[in-house]
Amino acid sequence: MAKLSRILAWLTVAALGTLAVATIALHRGEQISAMWLVLAAACTYALGYRFYSKFISAKVLALDALRATPAERLENGRDFVPTNKWVVFGHHFAAIAGPGPLIGPVLAAQFGYLPGTLWILAGAVFGGCVQDFVILLFSVRRDGKCLTEMARDEIGRVGGFVAYVAVLSIIVILLGAGALIVVNALKSSPWGVFTIAMTIPIAVLMGFYVRRLRPGKVLESSVLGFILVILAILAGQRISQNATTAPWFTFGAPTLAILIIIYGYAASALPVWMLLAPRDYLSTFVKLGTIGLLAIGIIAWHPTLHMPPLTRFVDGTGPVFSGNVFPFAFITIACGAVSGFHSLISSGTTPKLIRRETEIRMVGYGAMMAESMVAIMATVAACVLQPGTYFAINSPAGIVGRTADTAVATISGWGFPVTADGMHALALAVGEQTLFNRTGGAPAFAVGMAQIFSNSLGGQAVMAIWYHFAIMFEALFILTVLDAGTRVGRFMVQDALGHLWKPLGRTSWYPSILGTSALIVGAWGYFLWQGVKDPLGGINSLWPLFGICNQLLATVALCVATTIIVKTHKARFASVTLAPLVWLIAVTFTASWHKIFDANPRIGFLAHARQLAAGAPSHEVSRLIFNDRLDAIVTGALVSLVTLILLESAWLWIRVASGSQKPVVSEVPFAITRFAEEQG
Amino acid sequence: MNPTAWLRNVVTLFVTCMREIFDESAYMRFLQQRRMRSSPEAYAEFSKDRAATMTRRPRCC
Repeated sequence: MAKLSRILAWLTVAALGTLAVATIALHRGEQISAMWLVLAAACTYALGYRFYSKFISAKVLALDALRATPAERLENGRDFVPTNKWVVFGHHFAAIAGPGPLIGPVLAAQFGYLPGTLWILAGAVFGGCVQDFVILLFSVRRDGKCLTEMARDEIGRVGGFVAYVAVLSIIVILLGAGALIVVNALKSSPWGVFTIAMTIPIAVLMGFYVRRLRPGKVLESSVLGFILVILAILAGQRISQNATTAPWFTFGAPTLAILIIIYGYAASALPVWMLLAPRDYLSTFVKLGTIGLLAIGIIAWHPTLHMPPLTRFVDGTGPVFSGNVFPFAFITIACGAVSGFHSLISSGTTPKLIRRETEIRMVGYGAMMAESMVAIMATVAACVLQPGTYFAINSPAGIVGRTADTAVATISGWGFPVTADGMHALALAVGEQTLFNRTGGAPAFAVGMAQIFSNSLGGQAVMAIWYHFAIMFEALFILTVLDAGTRVGRFMVQDALGHLWKPLGRTSWYPSILGTSALIVGAWGYFLWQGVKDPLGGINSLWPLFGICNQLLATVALCVATTIIVKTHKARFASVTLAPLVWLIAVTFTASWHKIFDANPRIGFLAHARQLAAGAPSHEVSRLIFNDRLDAIVTGALVSLVTLILLESAWLWIRVASGSQKPVVSEVPFAITRFAEEQG
Repeated sequence: MNPTAWLRNVVTLFVTCMREIFDESAYMRFLQQRRMRSSPEAYAEFSKDRAATMTRRPRCC
């Protein structure tokens, strides 16, 4: 009877999920409720977790409840700590959920809500969750080794080198793209600049509080920091409305870019406890709270989606970024569907906390499902906006024109009506001077989020507060990634340079710190500057480049996973990682080809360089041509490196499958767990 | 399980999770291991000990 009830319950979930997906996919010409997206996601994730992840656990990975994990065997109370599975889940989710699942879906909404939603659901269940899950297990079985070490041990030296280069490249391009999003969100916004500037002394104060006044009381200091940030938002409104103080905090994009570069360098070289650690805590606190609030807001308001399921821009002529729905929707949304960066976290801190192997399914597969849900919420936030408003905010001046009149004429001409008065009223409602040409995704997401929040709590009167809360949340988020990413990149460079000359590898030697920090900040600062000076808004070049890097890293991770599956005589189940791998190869290689060689200058780097070269020469034009060629070389080099790892892996699979090579895996030997008596 | 006990468990779990995410549990373990009492000096030592791990911890995009 109980079994029958369970079958009926799961059939109901499947029927509801099918109905929701069919409603999303088949409705044309009338608006649907955002709750259909939420329902489709909830049912898809429930089915994916219950059936697909269970199949992978039982048949492919053979999770062993009796096998001791490194957290137990190497327990040291520091890195290796057997931890409650829900706590590890929270820890892992806090590390994987960054600005990516919020920004990517907002940008991809230019195609309509359908392509992004379907990719987020299918990509997560069959790709992203699987990648995070298998890499986490394989790292646990190798004493918490990182992806680059696993690539070297299981595939070969080329694999290790490619993984290293891919990780470093993705960090640099991610930081450049992230910084550009912050610049675009804060330019000409004294309110936003003041709030974000205030987070620096607030973080320093938190550091002092937790180190001197109440040692170790991080949660307490985070609550205090959060209250101070809210006060800074409220004060920011006054500052922006005062004719004397507003100009002090009003900056153009180039000035903001320089300030962020200086900040990044200083944050990278300062002691951790002073800025990085408290800021990281504050950002995590705000992040977890805001994501929870957004979920409650969407359910409470259950808004209608104004964006159509598909827009005319699936043909590649979109103003937000150029390129057809295939492959560009699939590289624009990486985090939320499949993100290679997650493989670094699944093979970083998390494997050292896992108490029992059987808990890996919930942490690896489950946390990625939660992040995917965040991406669905971002899609909702973008699509509750009127399409005309969405395009007015997200389109660069180079496409729609520099004045409000030309922008509304162009956007209305596309079939998405918008008026200059309406945009002006919206800008006033959110406390900004203008919302035109605010590319990068963050302002559009903030407007959508402010609408959701103000409709659920406080009404239109507090829309400006919610908007600036959302901007603060995103900028704080990204600046934290910037702090941490610059340091991670710096350590990677120091590790490598240490092989050439030992003192360069010493992380406490100041000449090395200053030199390598300058190298990393200079690298992402260059991409940031390139984006700021780009007449097409920068995001058009940088975000696809970042998406390609991220997905190429996922390709490396899935190559490692497939190799281990083949070596452990499970080749018949290799399709679990091989299928998303093949899909990612198709997506990233096609996207790379278009970005380098497409004849359309809005898509292809080289075509754009040729177009510029045909015009009047100037110093500015020469610099833009150089940037285009550099972007093409970076893309080409990464694809070539990943091709090498693919060839090396495929050759290994063939030799192992044909029996001409004895498979050797570097798993640690089995040891029985002391938690064997526990259930589950 | 009665609702009150269930709710208490959920709150306990939530607090434990927050304490772990915000490194308060790590600090407690550090104090226990070193047999120290919480003080500015102990926290400074913990921060130094923790810095290497924390700064190498990747944060996703």
